[in-house]
Amino acid sequence: MSGSLILSIVTFIYGLAGFLYICGWIFRKQIFGKIATWTALLGLIGNTAGILMRWVESYQLGIGHAPFSNLYESLVFFAWVMVLIYLIIERKIENRIIGAFTTPIACLVMAYASLKPGITSVIQPLIPALKSNWLIAHVITCFIGYAAFALAFGVSAMYLMKKGRDEEPIMWVEIVKPLTLFVFAMLFSRVLFVHDWLLAVMVGILICLVFFGIVFLARHLPAESKAILMDRFPAPRVLDELGYQLILLGFLFLSVGIITGAVWANSAWGRYWGWDPKETWSLITWFVYATLLHARLMRGWQGKRIAFLSMIGFASVMFTYFGVNLLPGLHSYGSF
Amino acid sequence: MRNQVIATDPFNKIWKFFTSVRLTIFLLLTLAATSIIGTLIPQNEAPQAYLQAFGASFYRFFDLFGFFDLYHSWWFQALVLLLVLNILVCSIDRLSATWRIIFPERPKFNLSRFRRLEPIEEFTKKGAGEQLKKLYQATISRNFRYCRAEETDTGYAVFGERGRWTRIGVYIVHLSVICMLVGGVIGTRFGFEGFVNLAPGEAAQKIQLRNRNQMLKLNFAIRCDDFKVSFYPNGAPEEFRSSLSIIEQGKVVKSQDIIVNDPLHYKGISIFQASYGPLPSRQQDVQIPDELTLVFTSKATGMIYQKKAAVGQTIELPESLGKFTVDEFRNSYDFRGQDLGATIFGTLHQSDGAAVDVVLPIQFPSFDKMGPIFNKTRKDDMLISVSGVKAQPAEERYFTGLQVSRDPGVWVVYTGFILIIVGCYITFFISHRQVCVDIIESGQNCRIVVTGTANKNKLGNERKLKTLAQTLSEENSET
Repeated sequence: MSGSLILSIVTFIYGLAGFLYICGWIFRKQIFGKIATWTALLGLIGNTAGILMRWVESYQLGIGHAPFSNLYESLVFFAWVMVLIYLIIERKIENRIIGAFTTPIACLVMAYASLKPGITSVIQPLIPALKSNWLIAHVITCFIGYAAFALAFGVSAMYLMKKGRDEEPIMWVEIVKPLTLFVFAMLFSRVLFVHDWLLAVMVGILICLVFFGIVFLARHLPAESKAILMDRFPAPRVLDELGYQLILLGFLFLSVGIITGAVWANSAWGRYWGWDPKETWSLITWFVYATLLHARLMRGWQGKRIAFLSMIGFASVMFTYFGVNLLPGLHSYGSF
Repeated sequence: MRNQVIATDPFNKIWKFFTSVRLTIFLLLTLAATSIIGTLIPQNEAPQAYLQAFGASFYRFFDLFGFFDLYHSWWFQALVLLLVLNILVCSIDRLSATWRIIFPERPKFNLSRFRRLEPIEEFTKKGAGEQLKKLYQATISRNFRYCRAEETDTGYAVFGERGRWTRIGVYIVHLSVICMLVGGVIGTRFGFEGFVNLAPGEAAQKIQLRNRNQMLKLNFAIRCDDFKVSFYPNGAPEEFRSSLSIIEQGKVVKSQDIIVNDPLHYKGISIFQASYGPLPSRQQDVQIPDELTLVFTSKATGMIYQKKAAVGQTIELPESLGKFTVDEFRNSYDFRGQDLGATIFGTLHQSDGAAVDVVLPIQFPSFDKMGPIFNKTRKDDMLISVSGVKAQPAEERYFTGLQVSRDPGVWVVYTGFILIIVGCYITFFISHRQVCVDIIESGQNCRIVVTGTANKNKLGNERKLKTLAQTLSEENSET
């Protein structure tokens, strides 16, 4: 029974939790939600155990180090923080529908870590540049930030679903939206699981078709069914506020993450900022969320625009995390 | 006092332009978008590499816009400067207005404003207004730093407030950004970044500056006393360790081992273990044993004969193959420009009377195969080689690559780091909260209405006030 075996099992536990949350949402039976919470908690405990076991195993192999040094370990920790923060939120606002939109993301993250060929779960020794306590601080703070942003993404998606269609759609916005979705879907598939651009375009188109298919079906649901699905969503105001609080948390931790990275870089390479792609993209992400925070002060930018910005911000997080490994630079420790 | 002047003059217009949050959003998004370009086009590479990758016309286009060193281009720096001005003007503009709000003589509570708010909780309590006022004042002052009770037209009101000071948080955050940028400028202006490669034993006082085609002479010399590389069993590097000494005016003033993540600091200059590289290898001296073992393989019979001999000795060979004299041993032998290492030189006295030179490099036992080819006099009847002499493998030698830099602005930047963390925490997570407990007397009982405000996290505030109201409704005075 090794750490990585337990973590593979946790993937299924999170998947089950996500499934139960969705059932609880659609069939409106409290019991599903309650079991889902316990399942998610079980998964979290397993996730914790897996990480700790990996830590111990590395010492048993004689190459002891904290389990935050490569892509596999960072993905596993990312899922852990997501589920932890989600369960805290669930406790505080007592609404389980959000679980249907957040636990599946944690499951996908774990699945990607366990299943993608090229991501190794073998414990490897630390190369000289990674031998620093700043590594632990930097990885932990960055991933708390990423997890908060991922949850905010889920909440923003719920907000947009709850708000529904614009009464008076603006022409250029209606064109930009599917275009943006296509670009993101294409980049997403290229960065994560497809190895050439032609395939990525095809997968991107496929994702768009599936997405718009679902939206079409949803819009043509009888009003009663729609009401059944949407009325147990938290009120838009609650979702908006929750998303905002998550982004504040994410922004604070992203800032600390960038800062710990800079201090670490200064001790390792003699400069705290070198404009390498990873550093630059983390700054880009920071700019996008800073824009969101400032935009919220402006009267014209109500909930929907903020929700879209939150989703663009998360796309930037994803590129910072995965995309930069395709670009040349010093920062490819988390690469596959 | 507000300005009486009508704001149409150009200076005012400029000021107004920089107070806009719309400008901030534009600048942040533009900086983000343009930064992307710098990650797609590798920065600061050789012009030939760019020409090869993009072709002449794109190269000219990109070069014109400074895309090859984007983050130091004039327009990027201009955007950053505009952002700095935006931050400064916004901060000055807003802070002058809110200073009185953040640090008032005496916090104001407007009862009618609270009465217009949606109540958090309403309940009835038995008792006199005066008593309840005293009771609630005690409770409120436990949760809110500032607490005051007033008489109202309907009884009493107890006000509480906390976190007014947190309104300064946002200004700390913005000040921190300025701080970091100023620190960066100081570092670029007054610091340097250079590198030097040293082989063990070498010392240098001049370093090569990065991004500038110059050398810089330091006030002291850096000497590499030793450099060790170690590897894990899987081949990945485990540690690079340089033992360095700082020599000033002929004396060693500091000695330290450095590894990646643990640099040497001396008089404001930092030396980092950055890289390493191979040095051309040197054959190590071989210990020649007193007696060698020579191996003679007869081509006619295929028999292998081993005979011992010392340098200077002549030995008799079987099958009338002749006599062999070991003439000398040398540690290196240049064969067509390559050093073959430790070599035995001998003379073969053949049965036909000819004396031929024989060269036997210890590391290449089949070298003698070519003997008859190089020398036509040599009979092609045997192969000679040396055995039992261990030649050491060439010792791998490396030089250490050191980064030498100085950044006087780094502590200013670090101060900015601390300020932004503290500032963000205050701005995001601590709010300015006020509570009003309206005690309305009616006969034997009092109706209590609890309302409150917060400038952030209003939902969280509502939850906290609900809990407070719960406490108040359950409290009883000790009479």
